[in-house]
Amino acid sequence: MSFTQPDSIEWAAMSPVIIVLGAAVVGVLVEAFVPARARRITQLAIAFAATIGAIVAVAALWSGTRRDGGTMVLGGALVVDGPALVLQGSIAVLTILSLLVIADRTATGEDAFAPTAASVPGSDYEELARRKGLEQTEVYPLVLFAAGGMLIFPATADLLTLFVALEVLSLPLYLLTGMARRRRLLSQEASLKYFLLGAFASALLVFGIALVYGYAGTLNYGEIAAVTEDPTGLDTLLLVGAVLVLAGLLFKVGAVPFHTWTPDVYQGAPTPITGFMAACTKVAAFGALLRIYYTVVPGLQWDLDVMMWTVAIATMVVGTVVALVQTDVKRLLAYSSIAHAGFILTGIVALNPAGVSSVLFYLLVYGVATVGAFAVIWLVRERTGGSDDDDPRGSVLGEATHISQWAGLGRTHPALATAFTLFLLSFAGIPLTAGFIGKFTVFSAAVDGGAWPLALIGVLASAAAAFFYVRIIVLMFFTAPHGESDEAAAAAAADELSPEPGPAEPALVGTGVVEAGVVETGADVATPEGGVATLVAVRPVTTTTTVVPSEGFAAVAIVLCAAATILLGVFPQPVLDLIADMATFLR
Amino acid sequence: MSPDFPWLTTLIAWPVLGALLLWLAPRGLRAHARMIALAWSLVELVLVGLAFTAFDTGDSGTVQLTETHRWIPAIGTSYAVGVDGVGLALIAMSALLVPLVVLAAWREQGSQEGVSDRLRGYLALVLLLEAFIVAVFAARDVFLFYVVFEAMLIPVYFMIGAFGGAQRRYAAVKFLLYSLAGGLIMLVGVIALYLQGPGGPEGFLTDNLVTADLAPTTEKWLFVAFFIAFAIKAPMFPVHTWLPDAAEQAPAGTSTLLVGVLDKVGTFGMLTLCLPLFPDASRWAAPVIIVLAVVSILYGALLAIGQKDLMRLIAYTSVSHFGFIVLGIFAFTSTSVAGSSFYMVNHGLSTGALFLLAGFLVARRGSQQIADFGGLQKIVPVLAGLFLVAGLSALSLPGLSTFVSEFMVLVGTFARHPAAAIVASTGVVLAAIYILWTYQRIFTGPPREELEGMPDLRARERWAVAPLIAAMLVLGFVPGPALDLVRPPAAVTLDQVGVTDVPAAAEGSDQ
Repeated sequence: MSFTQPDSIEWAAMSPVIIVLGAAVVGVLVEAFVPARARRITQLAIAFAATIGAIVAVAALWSGTRRDGGTMVLGGALVVDGPALVLQGSIAVLTILSLLVIADRTATGEDAFAPTAASVPGSDYEELARRKGLEQTEVYPLVLFAAGGMLIFPATADLLTLFVALEVLSLPLYLLTGMARRRRLLSQEASLKYFLLGAFASALLVFGIALVYGYAGTLNYGEIAAVTEDPTGLDTLLLVGAVLVLAGLLFKVGAVPFHTWTPDVYQGAPTPITGFMAACTKVAAFGALLRIYYTVVPGLQWDLDVMMWTVAIATMVVGTVVALVQTDVKRLLAYSSIAHAGFILTGIVALNPAGVSSVLFYLLVYGVATVGAFAVIWLVRERTGGSDDDDPRGSVLGEATHISQWAGLGRTHPALATAFTLFLLSFAGIPLTAGFIGKFTVFSAAVDGGAWPLALIGVLASAAAAFFYVRIIVLMFFTAPHGESDEAAAAAAADELSPEPGPAEPALVGTGVVEAGVVETGADVATPEGGVATLVAVRPVTTTTTVVPSEGFAAVAIVLCAAATILLGVFPQPVLDLIADMATFLR
Repeated sequence: MSPDFPWLTTLIAWPVLGALLLWLAPRGLRAHARMIALAWSLVELVLVGLAFTAFDTGDSGTVQLTETHRWIPAIGTSYAVGVDGVGLALIAMSALLVPLVVLAAWREQGSQEGVSDRLRGYLALVLLLEAFIVAVFAARDVFLFYVVFEAMLIPVYFMIGAFGGAQRRYAAVKFLLYSLAGGLIMLVGVIALYLQGPGGPEGFLTDNLVTADLAPTTEKWLFVAFFIAFAIKAPMFPVHTWLPDAAEQAPAGTSTLLVGVLDKVGTFGMLTLCLPLFPDASRWAAPVIIVLAVVSILYGALLAIGQKDLMRLIAYTSVSHFGFIVLGIFAFTSTSVAGSSFYMVNHGLSTGALFLLAGFLVARRGSQQIADFGGLQKIVPVLAGLFLVAGLSALSLPGLSTFVSEFMVLVGTFARHPAAAIVASTGVVLAAIYILWTYQRIFTGPPREELEGMPDLRARERWAVAPLIAAMLVLGFVPGPALDLVRPPAAVTLDQVGVTDVPAAAEGSDQ
């Protein structure tokens, strides 16, 4: 293996990546040199400027790439072609939307992150930091680093760059996952789990890369493809290598059987980060998967089809079936994201040009709805007492993620509930939402590519999946928000299809009252050491569900996502055209 | 009136505007939500009337008032609308029903004094649904049809789930899941059909797909995919079980639209999509479907006889009636197909009247159980009389329009499948049992004490039903103009299916 210095560096073609990574570095310096009071506003300005700059850079490269098909950069380490630009544009747009949610401190003035992530959960130090109003503004450079890695990931043209990009995008996400302000132990557990399983997946990927290199003698996609077109013995080596590389990527997209991290991480991570991670990581990872499947290993299609079909079917079925029994909104969306990964895989397996453009479109519409949905979850909170003796004013706690707590939201907060309903309908693929067009294009690509059994299973899974989306809509709009106990509401939600009459409906309209032994961890319970089960204290707490007003950012994000979901559902033609022009890989 | 004016687009856009107005109404207008909704739906009715003048009724077999614009060329779909006689007749029937539903909902949803926000939301959904209804009957593009077919589930879902009875959530979810399951199976068919067709940016136009040359096996699979969705919608035995639950739990107005109009989309889809697109497969499947239709007729009627709940009873009578419609369509004679088309209109009027009257009864008594009524004839004579007329229309009494259509279906079917027609006609006898027995239990006998003082129909409620009764009488005695609308399309359909017509023995006797 030898590295030759490239003759010239195409700086312009790399500008989206350079802008975002450069801004991330500047963001780190800001932490060191800018006074604490000004940090947040400075970081926000840098982050938004960088992501908007990335979009502008993508736009500037657009027409040239459409004309000449793209360029190889850095001696073949990166490729800037149509799909890469579409994916980079999607990632940049979704990052901006996510940043709007991440930046929102809501009316409570508290963002989603621990005041000092390094403090021991429940310690005096943490409490002090909270009272001082400290903020962990390192979040913004971390998000930018992750976004930078994601921008590189789908544009890689050799396996080594692929690995580096994977690590660049993953490491900040591991950190961000562990930084939740509430339920910190859950968050840190999620972070550790994500890190360990992620490291495992990276190891698979590296081993796969080594095997492929052993077979092909090169890391460059184009050269590997040339070798695999004409297999000459040692096929097993190549096949195992390719399977391991794909497995590493399938881990990132959360496909079964590499999905086990998804629900825990989605649940534990700070909600705005969950939205960012769910939307952008999926775009980046599917982008890389798409490129490898279409340009590197099409020669192995007959061998890999078995694996990809199995994974696609298992992903759709497991994601859907397990989602049916979830009671936590974030976990439910996690399993729904697994099911969506399966739908997208059907488009990838199609292995035709329509497959590329349909996957690119699907990723965008899925991402938009995901960021919007998690933004809504971020605003729906638990509130204690209010009339309690020890807590006269009442205080807003973390997100109310148990679905029974969402009962009656449609009556108390119709606008927010309508937006969430819209995102759910888009997930379910109901016509006139963007999700339908996405599903339609993906499934038609699959049928066109001869994978009609996959499309059929996908359609059946969609029908089953509609059940759990609809269950939330039922809770929000058709269930009384007041006077139902946690158990009763949950039972009502679970027994939606049982013909017994539902609980009587009082006329009062208010916020849902949930009486439960709330399991509190972290900041809410003072315990000396961060540890295990001893931290879990159960005391009877009455919490109600409330919606905290957004500071403005998240509201803007929700409105933008909702508008995009409708527009892309009714008039998708301009975007489909844009993508169709760019859906050719540079080989 | 000029046929070049975009009548159908206007008919679709107008109710959407009304729905938006009701949703976003400033506070000052909210109190007038009922008047706005009523006026809006009446204007829509007038617009339909104007569209009739632009429609050349002498040439009703041809699709007219067409508009074609590219919508999403990337996936081959266009915004293409147009109607033949059948489509226009169904649109007219729907436009007639909507103002009556608005009238019937006048005091529902806790709006005894003034207009509640719930009622405003309900009326907005009714108007939105009307737009979808017009669009689905007018769609000349398979993708557009599918989109509307699925999208219209959402307003209905909320109309049942948010405004219905005690088990409304169960009924709404069951309705949605049944419909979605059928619709998504159809989606695979839609995709596969496009790929078999000519493709390109206008590959979803019905006219382009009709000429597609399908392999026999493919055609059969595609037919099945479409037919299942339509059979669930219609609803036919054995996929009818969602309807009684939905009708039992939904407000009467919702049931009127659901059974009277929406379910027609199923039979309308069979007539305008299944037959022309898959002619060979339609002939292949016809024997099985005819058997299912006859089973639906008898099974629906028998279960109707056994019902204790008034709304469920009406729902099962509809299962029986839809059996007749499907029977007529798949008997492939010009008389039976035209009869089925006419039946669709008449059934909307007849069932609409029954549901609305039953709704008034239930609102007065606070119970849907038939056993809770008795001897009402003397207490509420007007209600009793109207109910009797509506009931007689359901059992197809001569002189009412439903008789004409049911007779045509049976005569037309007899020409090709005598056995099926003979068995099906026992459904008429069963209809007499379930209607007259119900009338007897509710209205005759000694007046029950607790029912004394029940108010008779108010003027508003009479106005909500009178137009339907009038329409049934007019169409019953003078069915000619309506038959002129549905006969030529039936001939076109038979030509597309490629069967030679079997002249009915009694041809012409119904005129």
